[in-house]
Amino acid sequence: MTWVDTILQGLLLGGLYALFATGLSLIFGVMRIVNLAHGDLSILAAFLAVVVVESLGWNPFAALVLVVPLLAAIGYALQALLLNRLLGRGILPPILVTFGFSIIIQNALLETFSADSRRLDPGGVETASVALGSQLAVGWFPLITLAVAVLILVGLQLVIGRLSLGRAFRAVSDDQETAELMGIDHRRLYALAMALSLAIVAVAGVFLGIRTTFTFASGPDRLLFAFEAVIIGGLGSLWGTLVGGAVLGIAQTVGAKLSPGWGILSGHLVFLAVLLLRPRGLFAKARRVA
Amino acid sequence: MSPSAAGAGVRVERTTPASRAGLVVAAVVLLALVTLPRWGDPSTMRILVEFIALLVLAQMWNLLAGYAGLVSIGQQAYVGLGGYALVVLADDLGVNPFAAVPLAGLVAAALALPTAALVFRFQGGYFAVGTWAIAEVYRLLIANTTALGRGSGRTLKAVFPLARESREITTYLLALVIGVAALAAVYTFLRSRYGLGLMAIRDSEPGSEALGIDVFRTKLGVYLGVAFGTGMTGALIYLNLLRISPDAAFSINWTAYTIFIVVIGGIGSLEGPLIGTALFFVTRELLSDFGAWYMILLGALAVGVMLVYPRGLWGMVTDRWDVRFFPVQRRVTLDPVTREP
Repeated sequence: MTWVDTILQGLLLGGLYALFATGLSLIFGVMRIVNLAHGDLSILAAFLAVVVVESLGWNPFAALVLVVPLLAAIGYALQALLLNRLLGRGILPPILVTFGFSIIIQNALLETFSADSRRLDPGGVETASVALGSQLAVGWFPLITLAVAVLILVGLQLVIGRLSLGRAFRAVSDDQETAELMGIDHRRLYALAMALSLAIVAVAGVFLGIRTTFTFASGPDRLLFAFEAVIIGGLGSLWGTLVGGAVLGIAQTVGAKLSPGWGILSGHLVFLAVLLLRPRGLFAKARRVA
Repeated sequence: MSPSAAGAGVRVERTTPASRAGLVVAAVVLLALVTLPRWGDPSTMRILVEFIALLVLAQMWNLLAGYAGLVSIGQQAYVGLGGYALVVLADDLGVNPFAAVPLAGLVAAALALPTAALVFRFQGGYFAVGTWAIAEVYRLLIANTTALGRGSGRTLKAVFPLARESREITTYLLALVIGVAALAAVYTFLRSRYGLGLMAIRDSEPGSEALGIDVFRTKLGVYLGVAFGTGMTGALIYLNLLRISPDAAFSINWTAYTIFIVVIGGIGSLEGPLIGTALFFVTRELLSDFGAWYMILLGALAVGVMLVYPRGLWGMVTDRWDVRFFPVQRRVTLDPVTREP
């Protein structure tokens, strides 16, 4: 029964990883760039939630009302003011500029909040659990996380599949020049995509901060897990991303159970195995935004 | 290429007045550096070892990203592997610690081959994150290996019997040899036909493939060569520091320093990393009382350069004045004597 429990925990952890991964793959799907500051922006969101909780006395879940729009605004501004200036200049500039952001954010968080680890306290939800039969119990909070992840994925699926905004995303992703001829302002669209991505990242960051402790240096691991979930699931498949997150989560919890130092490493090794055996991921699609 | 082969009346220039004058300056600087142990103090030598190490890391990353278009964020893997290879070779296998430095480079290059088999499946941004992920795999594997001291690391004991002064002088001279050799190797490579092929790949991959350049093998060759140089530098760094731990040796900061140096100095030139390294040291010393602020400042500067002046400080210089100390380009000029009247 303990193994079932371990796998179940990993599966639920996968919900959180899928949230991180979705934001990353949305950006790649729409504009073919990888935001290397992705993880650090999620940690920035968690620290902003700490500020809201400490200064206003709000519950971390309520802090989402402020942190999510704030991160979306940061995303819009980053893209509109800085990253859009790099369009058409090849792959090097966006990688180096977002890497620069990553290092700047990490060190700014270190200078502002010190190297101490923090945690968001939602007042009991994080330890409450629901019994499944006599020997198995699942935490409410991981269940809520997975439910939120699935809701966001379904929502994003609807936005991309049904809304005119989503149609514009797909059009720009397929053929930017023709989309422009059809009257689509691709620069504004890129800014909206980055805003949407960082809104999702903000939710992921706050949920991470409730689940576990974090420091200024927690960002890069989030980026790597998101990336691995995307690759395991297969580029361009939203549901594949959810499966990728689950595979990664299970690999980590099972690894950590076998030997305490092997949790994160097992996740990386499963990622490398998928890369070696199924380079296009488990659920690769020919073409799809996000 | 000889002038006659290029056709009558056309010359291909491969040196510049600045490169010829630069050779004289370089000779004087080199003489001063070689004789430094006679007139300098140990702290100057230690700083110079660090300077040379960062300069070589920067030249290697510049070759990889600026010329081969392989934007790796995971070069800290080879710094760490080189450092650990030094400790294992010198302490566990009894190799002379100074001779172990180039051997550590070979170990890094050998491990770069399977690494390349994985990361070469990615392109662009995903290549960048993929190399970063693999650097983390190496860090965690070493942090879980008891023989390598797990998370707390190891101390290089092989140098303990040596007198402090002679150890420091030998380390410094070794650093000097590595620095000069790395610069000469990159310069010679870029001036060779392979270097020309590499720059053709950077400008257009399909175009260069059509001309018969083997894109994959050229890129793989550069990746392995850069891993050798980076691994050797990692060994040099830990020969200087004597104490290694997984978190420090595989820190993303190695790559962050390197990228900021190259981007600010000028990516895609050999002069850029030199300027960038000097600027990095000055900034770090000036802001040494302000914690991590020098990283924030250098990061902001690198982002600003990328947005406004992507060719960096050295690009500003060459736009204004026609100077090139390390000319890797071939410049075609018409011979005035045989020009048509």
